[in-house]
Amino acid sequence: MSDEQLVLREITGALEELGKRTVPITLETSLLHDLSLDSVTALDFIMQLETRLDTIIPMDGMAEIETIGDLVGVLTRSTSKAA
Amino acid sequence: MLARFRALRSDLATVTAAGRDPFGVAFDAILSATEAILDGKRVLLLGTNNYLGLTFDQDCIDSAVAATMAQGTGTTGSRIANGTYGGHAALEQRLARFLGRRHAMVFTTGYQANLGTLSALAGRGDHLLLDADSHASIYDGAKLGNAQVTRFRHNDPDDLRRRLRLLADQPGEKLIVLEGIYSMLGDTAPLREMVEVKREAGAWLLVDEAHSLGVLGAHGRGLAEAEGVEADIDFVVGTFSKSLGAIGGFCAFDLDDFGALRVAARAYMFTASLPPSIVASVSQAIEAMEAQPQLRNILRRNGQRLHAGLAAAGFALGAMPSPIVSLPMPDRETAIRFWNQLLDAGVYTNLALGPATPGGKPLLRMSVSAALTPDQIDTAIAAFTQTGQRLGLIAAGMAAAE
Repeated sequence: MSDEQLVLREITGALEELGKRTVPITLETSLLHDLSLDSVTALDFIMQLETRLDTIIPMDGMAEIETIGDLVGVLTRSTSKAA
Repeated sequence: MLARFRALRSDLATVTAAGRDPFGVAFDAILSATEAILDGKRVLLLGTNNYLGLTFDQDCIDSAVAATMAQGTGTTGSRIANGTYGGHAALEQRLARFLGRRHAMVFTTGYQANLGTLSALAGRGDHLLLDADSHASIYDGAKLGNAQVTRFRHNDPDDLRRRLRLLADQPGEKLIVLEGIYSMLGDTAPLREMVEVKREAGAWLLVDEAHSLGVLGAHGRGLAEAEGVEADIDFVVGTFSKSLGAIGGFCAFDLDDFGALRVAARAYMFTASLPPSIVASVSQAIEAMEAQPQLRNILRRNGQRLHAGLAAAGFALGAMPSPIVSLPMPDRETAIRFWNQLLDAGVYTNLALGPATPGGKPLLRMSVSAALTPDQIDTAIAAFTQTGQRLGLIAAGMAAAE
């Protein structure tokens, strides 16, 4: 399984845990518009992913995350750094 | 220009449609630390943060009046550009002595104290580690600076430890930021455990005692005093707008070489300094806080009375008894109706809605004051009970506090 697939699986799992997997998840899914994650819920969601993947996404890197694809990109970079 | 606020405007319209505007309450008059007139009616103030009730302390008022008469109404500029008044320097020394620190820097608001301190202390290449439930001023201070910002789970020393481990190989200073009492739920930081983590990682630790100054500790120095860990706290931030009954903020510490902070902290340098009246009333309020330790005991008893009364009435409350008592609401609509009906019954509380609350959950937030009488607290509990029953949040038979 590629890093991207692994990260996507964790994202789907975290959304399920939060009860927010309300639409099919694709790389284009928007956190705000499709998943209705407000700013605080999005931060908590990202924190959950950080724990699952044992990594850190600095807060200034979060501004660029609008879609699941953006999130996969940031997490893939951060997990490969952590490894 | 304002088009992007359309969703916010619509949200606010929904909130105000149920009655009053909870974010625009305008009192006709303030009668005391515990009562005001609203729309011609007397209301009990249960959401002031006026923990020691010092806003109407006669000595504080007299000091403020005398300072205004002697030095005028304002400083009309920053201390860097327009100079320091004698009162500013004396207040910093008095505050440092009270806190058992070598130095203190005074800011014009508590918000600016965090803004200035955090953005100046942690620079490019450094790391700020913030509790997830931190006050907006802490987040904004972090945003204003150039440090890398990492958020850890609220009150979770293990999560903080894990994140510090992940950052261990990265260069730069690590500054952990906590609050003594968290403003929304009234819960305290597990400070001893956090200090352990700080020691292990060789990090710095800043505690914002905004809601715990004058409230916790044998002398009112805050959570660090209450937990016996003051020596491990590198920076203490706080405000004059709660227990000390005025406005302003500070950062206190033991580092000697701090003069550059005054010109590096933009929120200190580029704003007008506190006016003589406030400097005088705050200085006097520190004397009152030291001279009247009984105020803390009354405050504690008042918090316990309110907490116990609401619990006996059947409400499920958040944190342990503290001067902040928060009542979680099942949903936004109920929270708004509850807040309006309480105000109709003559009790003013704070309506707190997401995303400003932990987990985005709606809350009715109360803060008690040492100036509240037991009768006033019982009146509030009765109003809560009746409202809770009317809205179906508690059963009618459970109103033991009535």
